[in-house]
Amino acid sequence: MAGSREIRNKIKSVKNTQKITRAMEMVAASKMRKAQDRMKKARPYGDKIRNVAAHMSRANTEYRHPFLIERDTVKRVGIIVVTSDKGLCGGLNTNVLRRALNEMKKWQAEGEELEVCCIGSKGLGFMSRLKANVISQVVGLGDTPDMASLIGAVKVVLDGYTEDRFDRVYIFYNRFINTMKQEPVMEKLLPLSDDKMQSDEEQEGSSAKAAGWDYIYEPEAKPVIDDIMVRYVEALIYQALTENMASEQSARMVAMKAASDNAGNVIDELTLIYNKSRQAAITKELSEIVSGAAAV
Amino acid sequence: MGTVFHLDIVSAEESIYSGPVEFLVAPAQMGEVGIYPRHTPMLTRIKSGMVRIKAQLKEEELVYVSGGMLEVQPDVVTILADTAIRSHDLDEAKAIEAKRAAEEAIKDRASELDYAKAQAELMEAVSQLAAIEKLRKRRH
Repeated sequence: MAGSREIRNKIKSVKNTQKITRAMEMVAASKMRKAQDRMKKARPYGDKIRNVAAHMSRANTEYRHPFLIERDTVKRVGIIVVTSDKGLCGGLNTNVLRRALNEMKKWQAEGEELEVCCIGSKGLGFMSRLKANVISQVVGLGDTPDMASLIGAVKVVLDGYTEDRFDRVYIFYNRFINTMKQEPVMEKLLPLSDDKMQSDEEQEGSSAKAAGWDYIYEPEAKPVIDDIMVRYVEALIYQALTENMASEQSARMVAMKAASDNAGNVIDELTLIYNKSRQAAITKELSEIVSGAAAV
Repeated sequence: MGTVFHLDIVSAEESIYSGPVEFLVAPAQMGEVGIYPRHTPMLTRIKSGMVRIKAQLKEEELVYVSGGMLEVQPDVVTILADTAIRSHDLDEAKAIEAKRAAEEAIKDRASELDYAKAQAELMEAVSQLAAIEKLRKRRH
């Protein structure tokens, strides 16, 4: 009966795994709702600051911010990779990292130097294994990302850009499409492209205000514009982070659901095998008894 | 039009106020500013403090903001509220911290080992299940 005990143990262990995956599925489902809410709440800020930045680029400002100026030579590229802190969320991190890796190879082939900023520990682990040049990182953001923890890491990248250490900055993250679908995307962060700077009014095609006016600045144009631009880029990164978190939770929910289902199937199958072997053992025993009795 | 303007107060984490407003007082960096409709375009930093909002046919409202930016257009006013306490030195310190953490993480990854180990075990169990499932499908 050694075989049947083994099967019984296997069933027990699969059942335990299933309990864990089911619990994780439910946790992810409730976190997903919150993460999606946060993602939606972050949108108005992004929209408004985009409007302000668009107004500003139309205005006749005496000072043009470096983020807005296209550079001709491209030698060094800054990359921001947004990943999750925890695994067990299907192919989510793998997809975005593969996307990043492909682009990085391409850039390297063109002889460009790369510097990486990692948001989330999965990306950090991957990049340090790659021996990429990681200049800053944020990990352990938890379920509620806050702007405060992003500022530092982002500033390193933005400073690098203003100091001409790199000429372009890209961001990689998972865009949330719906619960079943997330898409790894690459977006150009700096220099800010014009199509990103369109305000809502212009996109709707109504009155585009004539150039030639300027703001009153308090205290001065430069620090105020600097502040706005930094906040704008931070808002873009924050939005990418909230999208990635919503993607993470939904991907985890789906992956854990699949794992629980698989475990269920395996348990059914093992139970069938167990019953068969048990019955076979009983039949064998019976026939032995019967034939033994007949022999007497 | 003309007697009201649209006000939005947003922070990165949520939208705080949105609606037509008659009059507004905000704590700008150089002192409080009062804004009526058709104000000339203005861009300024604001300090942490109360924003007083007077909407039509309503009592005056007070909203707290922890600093940020104020943009005035003739009929739209936007306050971009910060969610974090910001100053140049503080930002600089955070940047240095983030850099240091990056350097340290490359050197030493032992602290995450326990969590990683537990996770790797679970991962293995899950992938085993997936493999068994695949085998089973092939057999039938």
